[in-house]
Amino acid sequence: MSTTETTAPPGRADAGVPAVAVAGLDKTFTTSDGLTQALEGIDLAVAAGEFVSLIGPSGCGKSTLLRIIADLERPTSGEVRVFGTSAPQARLDQAYGIAFQQAGLLGWRTVAANVELPLELHGVGRSERRTRSAELLDLVGLSEFAARFPDQLSGGMQQRVAIARALAERPRLLLMDEPFGALDEMTRERMQTELARISAETGAAVVFVTHSISEAAFLSDRVVVMSPRPGRVTTTVTTGLGPVGQRTDALREDPRFFEAVTAIREALHAGSAGGSGEAT
Amino acid sequence: MNLVARRVLPPVVLGVVALVIWQATVTVLAIPELVLPSPSAILAETLAYLPVLVSAALVTGWNALVGLVIGSVLGIALALVAANARVFDELTVPLVAALAVIPIVALAPVLYTMFGADLQSARQVVAGISVFVPVFLNTLRGLRQTRPVHRDLMRAYAATRRQAMRTVTLPTARPFIFTGLRIASSLSVIAALVAEYFGGPRGGLGTFITASVAGSDYARAWSYVLASIVLGLIFYLAALAVETLALRRRPA
Amino acid sequence: MSEHTTATAVAERTADPAAALTTPPHERTGRTRRVLMGVLGVFAVGVAWEAYKFIGPDDGVVVAGVRILPRTTDIAMPHLWDMAVRLTEPVTRAEGADLLWVATAKAAAFSLGVAALSWVIGVSVGLALALLMQRLRTAESAVLPWVVLSQTVPLIALAPLVRNWGSRLSVGPISWENWMSVAVIASYLAFFPVAVGALRGLKSPDAIHADLLRSYAASWWQTLIRLRLPASVPYLLPALRLAAANAVIGTVVAEVSIGLRGGIGRMILEFAQSAAGDPPKSWAPIFGAIVLGLLAAGAVALLGLALRRYRRGEEPA
Repeated sequence: MSTTETTAPPGRADAGVPAVAVAGLDKTFTTSDGLTQALEGIDLAVAAGEFVSLIGPSGCGKSTLLRIIADLERPTSGEVRVFGTSAPQARLDQAYGIAFQQAGLLGWRTVAANVELPLELHGVGRSERRTRSAELLDLVGLSEFAARFPDQLSGGMQQRVAIARALAERPRLLLMDEPFGALDEMTRERMQTELARISAETGAAVVFVTHSISEAAFLSDRVVVMSPRPGRVTTTVTTGLGPVGQRTDALREDPRFFEAVTAIREALHAGSAGGSGEAT
Repeated sequence: MNLVARRVLPPVVLGVVALVIWQATVTVLAIPELVLPSPSAILAETLAYLPVLVSAALVTGWNALVGLVIGSVLGIALALVAANARVFDELTVPLVAALAVIPIVALAPVLYTMFGADLQSARQVVAGISVFVPVFLNTLRGLRQTRPVHRDLMRAYAATRRQAMRTVTLPTARPFIFTGLRIASSLSVIAALVAEYFGGPRGGLGTFITASVAGSDYARAWSYVLASIVLGLIFYLAALAVETLALRRRPA
Repeated sequence: MSEHTTATAVAERTADPAAALTTPPHERTGRTRRVLMGVLGVFAVGVAWEAYKFIGPDDGVVVAGVRILPRTTDIAMPHLWDMAVRLTEPVTRAEGADLLWVATAKAAAFSLGVAALSWVIGVSVGLALALLMQRLRTAESAVLPWVVLSQTVPLIALAPLVRNWGSRLSVGPISWENWMSVAVIASYLAFFPVAVGALRGLKSPDAIHADLLRSYAASWWQTLIRLRLPASVPYLLPALRLAAANAVIGTVVAEVSIGLRGGIGRMILEFAQSAAGDPPKSWAPIFGAIVLGLLAAGAVALLGLALRRYRRGEEPA
């Protein structure tokens, strides 16, 4: 296990308090067979504005780690700080925006009303909400669909609405749990390019859970490789592909991109060879 | 053990507590029997009149059973026709939808005139119609649950209609049919009982309830209600048992 | 983007699990054809009635002492046209008597009023109990089995027992009226399906939605208003429909067993007693009861129409 880097890579300034700081985190679940160690001794630091992917085979606990950072689950032991506060406090402060594998839009709300949901819950006035949702829908290229309902949108469009919703309160941290996992490959690449642009434009740090090697390589400053049973961090790969905001489709055919992909793949295989050997 | 404690204990405790509160309230506040007799009074009446209760329950139960059998056979048969003949389906669906929302027991008086007020037939017909509706609707719904992949498979095998029905359509529909029968089992008792409120020969639980109330014999009326509840439970549990047995052999 | 062109207005899908029972089977069938065939179906029933009356034996078909097919005399089965004509004549020969259809409509309106009030009470109590059960797991595990069990037993048997409450009971300054007894029975029957349906609906949101609201640090109340209540609509509507049917049945049955005058239930019983002298008359309140049931179901259907935005399914991503 290599040590995780804590320094922000060049081009992503904004020093100071890290967006996420996880130290010595363990998580055990009680299942019918007894206790299952989902995460063991996780240390992770994500600098402000940094794009970090968590990658690993199924069962390595990457989604659990993300959910713990979001305070959707509690750690068994260890410490989680988000912008210097505890995870529950960060949730109450709305320090992060979150997106899941499914868009999770509310079917009875229009696209705009879905984006405005968190603002509405936190008492933002109507006209301000309208302005903000218009801005965000413009950012994700869905302005003309504001009045539509989710079931009138394709899967990719729904996922873009979910991302706009996650950005509604200008969070400085975005937590994304395989947001493009259910999309077809073509849509997926387009969404990745857009996310790269959006994350740079908003300057938010991103913790991105994926099981796609190329996706992790294309989007991330750093890729944290995890292994299963118990879930732990095996390696951290720095992609070194320049600022995330300047990554375009051309990068997908760049030799440096292939090098990053290879590095991640080898790290993954080394990890799983040491673990149970299961591949996904 | 843990499961039993969590799932059985709370309702049982609630039931016992409710009974105790009921008994205590009636005793302490001296609530007139007309409004609510105490559980102990009801139990005493039940034990005292047990043979009468059983014979009354047999009368009502037999009407319910006849209605249940006739209504179910008709419901399943007509649903099979409706699933295979579109014209029949289009003709009947609005009628059945209407049957589902109208108070069928209201038909009881005219049925007594049609079948004879001294016979139980009218009550059995009311129970039969009440049973028919959920059985027909659920069966028809089940017959339409065939998955496209299975239908394609049957087509690829050049299977005949009858073969497809036996191998794919009916097995898919089976859980739905049993759901319909389970709902119907409760309805048959309710319909047979309520039909007695609208007249007809004496002897069933319903007629005894009204007679006891007319004679200001409230605790006895409650004991007949208790018998009705037990009868309803027997029908429901029997349907549930048949369903469990039938579906256990081949999991759907 | 090419995705924009793939966005098609997906027709409202029936996300409603239980309502599928009454969903028209052939969605492609023209509306006109469906209506026409439906009318034809009703007409066919009428033809069958007259045909059996014509060919059937006067004393019906009796097998082993059980009459399996009805008698066909004019008393047992009046001609349909006689029933129709009778509706346009006065109820009795007395001076100033209402026309039969007017009297029936008045009785139906009275029963509908009691049923509607009972429905509102039953739905309110059912919703309140569902909220309690959703909030407190102990309440759910203690109460829900009883509620489910209650739906399988003939609670309507209780109707005659509240018969003598009227005139002998007073609640504070208000004396207990018979129609209140009817409403108690009817709302009691309306309550059970709502409690079960609403609880299922309140628990229906996906884990992902619950997570999302939690990530927004939304309060229980906010989660209820923005998520659980809207999400429960597809489960609630069939329950409301069932509650409406139960309220109508409860009203009619309780009118009969409690002896409340003015409603359709009592009218059915009274007119049936005069069936021998005036057979078509006893059918008028039957039609009234049918219309009553259809009106109640129609009202809930309208409510479903008003709430249709909450019945859209989310297109799976």
